Amino acid sequence: MSRERSAALYPLVEIRQLTKAYVRGKQVLEVLHGINLDIPEGDFVALMGPSGSGKTTLLNLIGGIDSPTDGLLKIDGKRIDELSGDELAAWRADTVGFIFQSYNLMPVLSAQKNVELPLLLTDMSAAERRHRASVALQLVGIADRAGHKPNELSGGQQQRVAIARALVSDPRILICDEPTGDLDRKTADEVLTLLQQLNREFGKTIVMVTHDPKAAEYASRTVYLDKGTLVTEAVH
Amino acid sequence: MLKYAGLVLSGLTRKKLRTTLTFLSLAAAFTLLGLLQAVNSLFSGAADFLGVNRLITQASTSFTQPLPMRLLPQIEAVPGVQAVSHSQFFGGIYGEGRNFFPQFAVNPQRLRQTYPEWLMPEDNWRAFISTQDGAIAGRLLAEQNGWKIGDIIPLNSFIWTKADGGRTWEWRLVGIFDGRDAEWQKRTSLMYLNYGQFDEGRNPGARGLAGVFVVQVEDPSRSGEIASAIDAKFTNSAEETKTQSEQEFQLGFIRQLGDIGLIVNLITGAVFFSILFLTGVAMSQAVRERIPELAVFKCLGFTDRQVMWLVLAECFALCLLGALAGMLLASAVMKGLPPEFPITADAFVWAVAGASVLVLTLLVGLPPALTAQRLKIVDALNGRAGDSALEHMLRKAIEWPLLAWRWLRGQPLRPQEFAP
Repeated sequence: MSRERSAALYPLVEIRQLTKAYVRGKQVLEVLHGINLDIPEGDFVALMGPSGSGKTTLLNLIGGIDSPTDGLLKIDGKRIDELSGDELAAWRADTVGFIFQSYNLMPVLSAQKNVELPLLLTDMSAAERRHRASVALQLVGIADRAGHKPNELSGGQQQRVAIARALVSDPRILICDEPTGDLDRKTADEVLTLLQQLNREFGKTIVMVTHDPKAAEYASRTVYLDKGTLVTEAVH
Repeated sequence: MLKYAGLVLSGLTRKKLRTTLTFLSLAAAFTLLGLLQAVNSLFSGAADFLGVNRLITQASTSFTQPLPMRLLPQIEAVPGVQAVSHSQFFGGIYGEGRNFFPQFAVNPQRLRQTYPEWLMPEDNWRAFISTQDGAIAGRLLAEQNGWKIGDIIPLNSFIWTKADGGRTWEWRLVGIFDGRDAEWQKRTSLMYLNYGQFDEGRNPGARGLAGVFVVQVEDPSRSGEIASAIDAKFTNSAEETKTQSEQEFQLGFIRQLGDIGLIVNLITGAVFFSILFLTGVAMSQAVRERIPELAVFKCLGFTDRQVMWLVLAECFALCLLGALAGMLLASAVMKGLPPEFPITADAFVWAVAGASVLVLTLLVGLPPALTAQRLKIVDALNGRAGDSALEHMLRKAIEWPLLAWRWLRGQPLRPQEFAP
């Protein structure tokens, strides 16, 4: 799953004067006000802040599932804020892996099939897809539950399957939205340790939104937002 | 494309009960559609003489109008005609109850020439020819009534009175015939009566009349031409004729009921509308429940169009499976029908079913598929989705009775809506 890359001359994520506003009826609600942020490759960044501070919005923008109103958003040197819908979809398939608070696994598919999902978009043969998914499940330590459906797995196991799904296409960035929000402390620590391992051993760049200061401690640094503005940074 | 098949089919197993019920309603609807369209196909088909070696000549006005027997030699003289017989519907009731079966007064020798499909021992044929009040019964009919040769069978005709004013005719059973193969054996539920007693016994004013003429042609490929030649012979005469294939003639009986095509199409339309409504609601519900899942597909890199195709493919798969099951059931039912109902699921019927699947998929699947396509990931991850225009309209149509019910019960009309 690791990938050799030449030393980057520029940050993997480069954000300049990024603004996001929503229109609700006649009201324009600006949730991000001119954010500037660089995330180097291999970084593990925690985004923290009170509810409504814009951290999830910023995460969504970095993950390419929402588009900014203004500003510049470059990932690996590419202006993703200028990509069309289909280009953005292809970019997401290639570059980003998503991990959600509520796992968002397909309930009718087994863990193995869930992990194979992103590979359907590639030219891989069925056998190759199976093999890649098995390796990913093995990596997150849940290979023995490959044939089980999500409702037959515990919360922690489901999140591991979700991590395997995010990893299987070998993306450069993992976008994690409260990945331990639904888990107990012990399971949360296990999942966070796994993320830290993926960051340290496999060089995955991770951007994680969390409310939990203990979860943030697993990151290399924490970025705090308040009312749509980046207020401070802490390096662990 | 095949790699998505598992994904499409797994979508159908999400709510097994709903899928099963929708599948069953589709199957039932397509069974009905198959049967009705087979009937429609039978009735709407143009007169087809292809491969027909037997024609029926009737009065051009109606088959109930008898033709004079003197036309027989003239028809026989038409080039290409091999043999001609005549047949008069007798319309007799057997026994006390309403035991009705078809009986025809015929010339035994001519019957044998024009219907070689009926098989009977030689001495039975001879007895039928020589017995003025003789009758022969098909095997099925004889077995059903427990008849044996030599029995006297009284028939009370609702059409023909005897010269003495009576309606009860007694016939001596002189033979029991079989069909030449299994198909014809199924048709042995009829009876032939010797024309001799029938013509002599009936009211003198009706004597010398044949009902219709049965024409055996030498070359089936010339049937159409011979039919035209027969009719041309009697054009502008007092006895204009209409010559058609045997099957067309039989359908003429049923056509007396009305415009079968229109009736069938109206029923088919109602069936189609019902499945449209049912499947539309089911598919719409299925998609609405899965909005966050569809958003995840998009997160993973599926394009808007791919997600739309997934939903449409799911709808197509459901419609196709339901239609296949329904059509196979309809075909089985058609095969089990007696030969008097010669309907089959021909290419036309399958084509109608196929077209129905496509139309149904588009009408039912496109609104939710477009909704899925238009989903914004961020909204959809939170379970929020906008409606397409058609879906919105459909939803309103479904909601209306519910709102009326709530209003009648004094309940709030709408649940708390999501406030962003």
